[in-house]
Amino acid sequence: MNDQLKTDPSKPAQRMRAGSMTLTLGPWIVAAIALLVMPYIFTSNSALTIMNQMWITVVFALAYNMLLGQGGMLSFGHAVYMGLGGFFCMHLMNYIEDFGLAFPLPLLPLFGGLFGMGFAMIIGSFSTSGAGTRFAMISLGVGELIAACSVIIVAFFGGEEGISGDRTYGLPFFGVEFLKQIEVYYLISFWLMLSAVLMYLFSRTPVGRMANAVRDNPERAQFLGYSARWVRFYSFCASGFFCGIAGGLFAISYEILTEENLNATSSGVILLVTFLGGVGFFFGPIIGAIAFTLLQTVLSLQTELWAIYVGGLFLATVMFFPGGLAGLMMMHVPALRLGKAGGLVMPYIKTLIPGAIGVLGVCALIEMTFHFRHAAKGDHEMTLFWTTFDSHTVMPWLIAGIVAAVGLGVARATAPAMKEAWDEANTAGGAS
Amino acid sequence: MELILVNVIDGLVTGLLLFMLSAGLTLIFSMMGVLNFAHASFYMLGAYFAYQISLALGFWVGLLIAPLIVGVMGAGVERYGLRRVHQYGHVPELIFTFGLALLIEELVQFVWGKNQMAYDIPDILNFTAFSIAGNSIPAYKIFMIFISVGIFMGLLYVLTKTRVGMIIQAALSYPRTVEALGHNVPLIFMGVFGVGTALAGVAGVIAGPVLGTFPGMAFVLGSIVFVTIVIGGLGSLWGALVASLLIGWITTFAKSYNIAMSDILNGIGIATPENLSDNMFRDLWTVTSPQIADILPYILMVLILIFRPAGLFGKRES
Amino acid sequence: MKNITKLGAVSALSLIVGATAAFADNIKIAFIDPLSGPFASTGTNGLHQYQFAADHMVNEKGGVLDGQNFEIVPFDNKISPKESLIQLQVAIDQGIRYIAQGNSSGVANALTEAIAKHNKRNPDSRVLFLNYAAVDPALTNDKCNFWHFRFDANADIKMDALTDVMAADDSMKKVYIIGQDYSFGKAVAAAAVANLSSKRPDVEIVGNELHPIGKVKDFTPYARKIVASGADAIITGNWGADMLGLGKSVIENGYEGPIFTYYAAGSGMTAAFGESAKDRIRLISQGGINPIATEEARATYDAFEAKYPEGNIDQSRIFNVIGMLAQAIEGAGTADDVVAVAKQLEGMEYDSMWGGKIFMRPQDHQAIQDMHVGVHTNENIDFDYDNSGYGVFTESTVTMASMDSPTTCKMKRP
Repeated sequence: MNDQLKTDPSKPAQRMRAGSMTLTLGPWIVAAIALLVMPYIFTSNSALTIMNQMWITVVFALAYNMLLGQGGMLSFGHAVYMGLGGFFCMHLMNYIEDFGLAFPLPLLPLFGGLFGMGFAMIIGSFSTSGAGTRFAMISLGVGELIAACSVIIVAFFGGEEGISGDRTYGLPFFGVEFLKQIEVYYLISFWLMLSAVLMYLFSRTPVGRMANAVRDNPERAQFLGYSARWVRFYSFCASGFFCGIAGGLFAISYEILTEENLNATSSGVILLVTFLGGVGFFFGPIIGAIAFTLLQTVLSLQTELWAIYVGGLFLATVMFFPGGLAGLMMMHVPALRLGKAGGLVMPYIKTLIPGAIGVLGVCALIEMTFHFRHAAKGDHEMTLFWTTFDSHTVMPWLIAGIVAAVGLGVARATAPAMKEAWDEANTAGGAS
Repeated sequence: MELILVNVIDGLVTGLLLFMLSAGLTLIFSMMGVLNFAHASFYMLGAYFAYQISLALGFWVGLLIAPLIVGVMGAGVERYGLRRVHQYGHVPELIFTFGLALLIEELVQFVWGKNQMAYDIPDILNFTAFSIAGNSIPAYKIFMIFISVGIFMGLLYVLTKTRVGMIIQAALSYPRTVEALGHNVPLIFMGVFGVGTALAGVAGVIAGPVLGTFPGMAFVLGSIVFVTIVIGGLGSLWGALVASLLIGWITTFAKSYNIAMSDILNGIGIATPENLSDNMFRDLWTVTSPQIADILPYILMVLILIFRPAGLFGKRES
Repeated sequence: MKNITKLGAVSALSLIVGATAAFADNIKIAFIDPLSGPFASTGTNGLHQYQFAADHMVNEKGGVLDGQNFEIVPFDNKISPKESLIQLQVAIDQGIRYIAQGNSSGVANALTEAIAKHNKRNPDSRVLFLNYAAVDPALTNDKCNFWHFRFDANADIKMDALTDVMAADDSMKKVYIIGQDYSFGKAVAAAAVANLSSKRPDVEIVGNELHPIGKVKDFTPYARKIVASGADAIITGNWGADMLGLGKSVIENGYEGPIFTYYAAGSGMTAAFGESAKDRIRLISQGGINPIATEEARATYDAFEAKYPEGNIDQSRIFNVIGMLAQAIEGAGTADDVVAVAKQLEGMEYDSMWGGKIFMRPQDHQAIQDMHVGVHTNENIDFDYDNSGYGVFTESTVTMASMDSPTTCKMKRP
């Protein structure tokens, strides 16, 4: 009865989790440049808004992974720390407006972080004495309590419509008033970089290292003279701090906080995001946050059925790639090191492309079934993959069915060859 | 006074319904360590299947067949999904059930649409059994009580008096030893999962007509089942029963009597502040017990976890 | 590795941006409401009514101005304020100037503020907010702004009309008020208390309480309290599963009187109530369906049913939104200058096919219209809901309800 993540190198599926958390300077510089350049590629306000949402989720997911991936603590109510930090920032923002305080907006997330940490200290004082189910269930209970309070305690949470403010009343920061989306983007990017670096450095400190040790074997960690409880407590507070920062960024970006920022759904989503990205790697949550935001926001513009695909994707990830997307990527590192990754390209093309086409065929069948059942009477026309056709004739069904069957069939037939190539690429020594 | 009796009966119905859900979950949880987030989804599936069957064959056939289908589906999920994920550890298992819950809700909407279903109490039970001071007790509630008590008796008998039950109990604590003795532990796991989900299915079948059959019914139930089994103590059937009844009665009574926070605070000697509308704690003063009835179980759970981590009837710490 | 993900992001983001170019000639209306999740049924049904209204009332009659068509662009906000704000931004970037939303006053609050800020900060791409169902009174009072128009009557107006009807019943002595614990539920309760105490001071309010929204699994304890209080009328603002749960529970547990409410029809609820609630539920709404007001409305409803056999026109005001918007755009002579269109909408008098006139009050942008109180029944029903044989039959009508009601709105015009 232990929900901690344990690393057992004897199990192949877990070996990938033991992957190194060390990063060199290179990726940071690439990331910083990417953050700077992105707004020049996507200039529209909606793209900026979506990217803001992504970066906020990244900070939140990284903070969450400080617990889940690095400390082995599963929290079901983590949205609370982000939400409370955000609410606090929102109140601060309104004070700035009402009393004309001279306060530069860019500093706001720091206060959200401190508030989040303060609350984490209170909760952590009793919840971190055990890991596993006990910690998880206390976090669930506390999460539900705060979410329920948000509707009852109107003075602080503003009830169901939440509280809102205006970010432009702060002290102009070097002449920037944060009227434009792009200014907010750079503010968020700055905090993203700063928080990511700090969280990374935290994982390098003795406490961060001990968090890993406590995750894997609390007893042995105790023998080293560290109290497992205090190590968990420190990780928990640090995580609360960065969640609060994410909340502050949310307040700046949306200028409104509601019950939704605290409820169980948000807490569940961040767990899914982090896991999708991969809990075993520092950069895993980053990938998860980007992928999930795109799925939720962009896919839902394309199809009503987005949630079915997202649910399916999660099941597939858990069943076949428990290391998440990051784990999937890092699986290739040994092959790259051996210089044999090139041998994987052809088998991948042979298997994955037909597989992807087959999956798209299945999606087409799902969409057509949905349209057939739920569209208006007489509305036989539907558009899918840039093709418009009549969903009440046999032809499209036949085509989609054949595409799905052939695609998946080819993928299945070539899978053993890919497996072979994979084994070969991961074997040291000359060609056999 | 009469109202108290009525509330006792209502709380009993709520509690027993909760018990049918938590009984299966507590066995699954303690045996496999899986926080099965999809448990409530199987409850929803039970209601929808029963509704579909009742259209063609009537309520009673639905009551018989729907839980069987749900149980078989549950066993299938264990065999082809969870067993595969099991090797990766508990968190992936949990995420798996999480994703499954999401997927089941979407599939239900895909098949049955997003509206409320007109799933109704069968005519034969649609009458008032008796009245207490003008409060009618529908016959269907009595029927619900009988079904759930029957299931509890059955479970208790199987677990304590039969050989299968003994093996299950042993497998709860020492799966490896049981396996070494030649029992097929994976089969036991699959069976327990199937039976557990079938119980959730039964709960769905009989709760659907009174609590409504709609895509959000699993979500509304939420995490309260986890709360129940944690309060009761993991793996304890008696614990699940006591916790379910406790929660049923606490929430029913809290909703039935308007106890205001200001009354309690005044009672212990704190005076209501003047000009309440400007007071920082104004919302705290105006809180009434029905408002917080549904979060009382969560408060109870947190307190129990702090002071008695094994739960009321649990033998070991989680 | 990260770059590969970024590449994916690049292609996905360019999809949104790419969508901007197409259909430049249509006048686009963004429909931002839940199309997935627990409230999807209301959202999807609303979308169908919008699309049908646009086609039937505008596009098939040659469009507006020089033949421009209305196009409804759906955005799924998952009933989340955060998602709504993202989708609002996407809609604005696609060149959409009209935003329609209705489900949840919380979302409407977030949208109206975001739109006011957006219009202030970006005068080049201003948008109008066509609120067709969010009825929190604050939206046309303290939180009003020039860009927001409400086509539904707000909670206060509805309660005013509802209590007019209730007050006429002399046998009513005890009333129980119950609602969801959030802004709308509280507004309903406050309005009910205020109206009843002035119209019928002899009526005793035997209960006034709030329950958590969307969280109550079993309403039996509430039903017991209501029965025990001896109430002979219930007022509630509940909707969705909370309405069905409360209604079924009180009827099952021995309550004999009527239930006065706002939202207890359509979306499967009429079918689920069925026989048990016959003559028990009384609803306040605009636009009566049974008996139908005009032949035009009858033809419209028939055409709608032919297209959506499983759908209901349970929000007939959607047709008024489309009709009034078309008239305003014609009057302004442009669809791009939303200030001109808004000025046309202000003070507009519109003849609705569902009967009566609709007057868009200029001081707070609240539509004033006839309100009907109907009963849930299966008699004299021309147009039923959910194909159940049951529907809402209009029993009484309040013409131009709350025409002179006060407002605290201080409208700032650009």
